[in-house]
Amino acid sequence: MNPNDGFEQLKFRDPSRARGLRDTLERLVHQADHAPVSIMHVCGSHEQAIAKFGLRAAFPEELQVIMGPGCPVCVTDVPEVDEAVALAKQGVRVASYGDMLRVPGTSQSLADAKAEGAKVDVVYSVTQAVELAQQHDEEVVFFASGFETTAVATAAILVDDPPDNFSVLSAHKYIPPVMEIVAEMPETKIEGFLAAGHAATITGSAVFEKFVERQGLPVVIAGFEPLDVLAGLVKLIEVINSGEPRVENAFPRCVTREGNVHAQKLLWRVFRPTGGRWRGIAHVPNGNLRLRDEFAKYDTRRRFEIDASALWGFAPPKLVEQCQCGDIMAGIASPSDCALFGNECTPDKPVGACMVSAEGTCKIWHQYGGRPDLRSIKRGAA
Amino acid sequence: MTRNVRFVEDRITLKYGTGGGAMRALVEQIFAEGLGDVGEGGIGLSAMDDGAAIRVGDQYLVIATDSHVVQPIEFPGGDIGRLAVSGTVNDLAMMGATRPLALTCAAIIEDGFSRDTLKRIWSSIRATCEEAGTTIVTGDTKVMGHGELDGLVINTTGVALTSRLVSDAGLSVGDKILVTGTMGDHGLAIMATRNELALDTALESDVAPVHTLVERALEVGGEGIVALKDPTRGGLSSALHEMAEKSGVGIIVDEPAVPLRDEVRAVGELLGIDPLVSANEGKAVFGLRPACAEAVLDAIRAHPLGRNAAIVGECVAERPGFVVLDTGFGSRLLAEAEGELLPRIC
Repeated sequence: MNPNDGFEQLKFRDPSRARGLRDTLERLVHQADHAPVSIMHVCGSHEQAIAKFGLRAAFPEELQVIMGPGCPVCVTDVPEVDEAVALAKQGVRVASYGDMLRVPGTSQSLADAKAEGAKVDVVYSVTQAVELAQQHDEEVVFFASGFETTAVATAAILVDDPPDNFSVLSAHKYIPPVMEIVAEMPETKIEGFLAAGHAATITGSAVFEKFVERQGLPVVIAGFEPLDVLAGLVKLIEVINSGEPRVENAFPRCVTREGNVHAQKLLWRVFRPTGGRWRGIAHVPNGNLRLRDEFAKYDTRRRFEIDASALWGFAPPKLVEQCQCGDIMAGIASPSDCALFGNECTPDKPVGACMVSAEGTCKIWHQYGGRPDLRSIKRGAA
Repeated sequence: MTRNVRFVEDRITLKYGTGGGAMRALVEQIFAEGLGDVGEGGIGLSAMDDGAAIRVGDQYLVIATDSHVVQPIEFPGGDIGRLAVSGTVNDLAMMGATRPLALTCAAIIEDGFSRDTLKRIWSSIRATCEEAGTTIVTGDTKVMGHGELDGLVINTTGVALTSRLVSDAGLSVGDKILVTGTMGDHGLAIMATRNELALDTALESDVAPVHTLVERALEVGGEGIVALKDPTRGGLSSALHEMAEKSGVGIIVDEPAVPLRDEVRAVGELLGIDPLVSANEGKAVFGLRPACAEAVLDAIRAHPLGRNAAIVGECVAERPGFVVLDTGFGSRLLAEAEGELLPRIC
C-alpha cells in the first residue's frame, strides 16, 4: 500500500475539492463591487490551519483575511498577569497552562517568578490543577485562561466541590463582545467574520444573531480543516455579496443553532460577564468572565489580598515599547509590520504575548516560515 | 531577503543541538573558526558537510564522526548501538564513500550502568557492523560518576575511500529532490515513547545503514547525482535548508508526494510535531539531474530500504536558501525546527 493513501482518504483534506472551492472563492471575490474584500477570523486555530496548509498563497489577491483577537493567552492583560506573579512571589502555589508562564506582566512573567524560586506548576487541564490541590496541604491557585470553551471546563470543576485549598484566578474571556469592539474600529474595515467552530459547538450559532442585527455584518461559523476554512470563506463572501447580513453555519457536522445548552447553563451558573481590558485592544464591555458570588470561596481575588504594586516600580524592558502585539491582535497590523518579528522576537525569546502562545499570530507565522508572497514562484528548469 | 544571520549567545542551550540554524552558527563561529584547510580538492569542517574528505593519490579518504546520546537507550526499532554504527556509516555514504573500511568506537558509561544492557548494546553494534560490512578496530572507554551523564554516550568514527565525492552543495535550478523512504519515523518513534501521554503505538525507528542503497543509486545515476544528505536531526527540513543554502537555490517540496506512514502522520498531529522536522536514521535525500531522476528512483525502489522512495521536489531560482512547501492547498515556507523540540533524539 502506498503510505500516502491514508492522506487521500481524509475527506476534509482533498486537494481537488480545495481547487474547486478556491475557484469559487476567486469568482465570488471578483463579483464583489469593491476591492479588497476584508474579513476577519477570531481564532488562533483558524490562523494555524491557514498557515499550515499555505492557504494564504491560494486566496485571491483581492481578499484580505485578517486574524483578530483570537488568542486568549495573548489578550490576557498585564494586570491579570501581575496578579498571578504577585501571588506566586507571596509564596502561593500557582498552576497554569504552559503558554501562560511566559506571558510578560509589568516587569515579570510567571516563568521569571519560577526561576526565582516561586512555586509555579504547568498543567494541561484544570483537572490537573485540582489534583495538585489534593496532593498539597497548601493553597493552590489555578490561573485560568481561555475563551468560553475552556471556561466551561473550569465551571464544571467548580460545581463539583473541589478541595477547599483550591481557587481560581480567572482570566477567562468571552469572544462575542470583542467582535463588536473590533467591528467598530475605524481602521479595520471588516466586512464579515469567520467564527470559530469549536467555540460555537458550545455557544450555538444563535449567539451571533444579535451581533449581526446590531452591526449589520455577517458571521459564518467554520471548522478547521482546509476544506472547512475554504467553504466558510466561500459562504461568507456569498453573504457579503448578497447585501443581506446573516449568520450562516458552515460547520453543521458539529454546530447547531442552540449549541450545547447544558454547557451554557454551567458556564453562566459559575461565571458572570464583566467589563475589562484586553491586552493591547481596548476595554471590552462584558468581555471578561469572573466568578459569581455563589462561588466566592473559590475566587482567588476574594480569598487573597493581592498586592502587585511591588511589580510596578520597574521600567518595562526597552524592546516591549516596540512590540506591536496590540495592533496585531486588533487586526490593524500584521507581524511583518513589526521590526522585532523574527529578529529580537522569536519563540525562544518572545518579546510580546503573540510570540508566546501557540495561538498567537506571530508564533504561528514564525512556525510556518513567515508570510511571504509565494504566488509568483515558477517551476521547471530555467 | 536572506535568512537571518544568527550569533551564538553567551550560554550554549539545548537549541544548539537540534541540528538547525543555531547549530550551524555554533560550528561556524566557534568550532570551524581558524582551522586550516584540508588540502586541494578536500572537504573540511568549514564546509559543514556530513564528513570530511582528504585527497590521497587519486582517491579521497573520507572521515565521519558522530556521538550518540539518545534517550531511551533502547527504543522501538533499534538501540543506541545500532544508531551509532548506522549514523557513521551513513555519514560516510553521504559523501559518496559507500564501503566503510573501519570504525572506531568510544563509550562513556555512567557509574551503575547495567552490564546486561551494555552487552545487548554491544551485540547490536556487532550485528550492525556486520550488516554494514565493517568492524570496530579501536576504541576508548571512560566511566563517569553517577548523575554526571545519563547512562551511556557512544561516539563512532568511520573511514572509507572513494574516487568520487558527492557534497551536499551541488544543486542547480531544475534538479529533482528524491527521498529514499517515509519521513520522520525515528523522531516520532522516540517522541512517542517519551511523551507523557504514554502513547501505545506501532511506531518504529527506521535506523539502518543505507550504504548499499546509496552505492546502487550512484552506479545508476553516476554524475547525475549531484547532492546527498541524510535527514537526521531537524529532519527533511534541515537537510533541505542546508542543501538549498549551500547550493544557492530555492527548493519547492510537494507535500502530498512526501511519503509518510499513517502512524507518523497521526502521532505528529497529536503531539503537534511536523514529521518533516523529525529525525530519520535510515534515509537519504538525493539531488538529481532531471535526466537520471526516474532511473535512480527505480533503482532505489528496487532496494529493500528504498521501497517507498519518491521524488518530492525540485530546485528553483527564486528564494535561494529557502524551502517552499506546496501543500496541495496552497504554499508556504517550510520552517526549521527551533528550540528544544526534540532533545536527545540520536
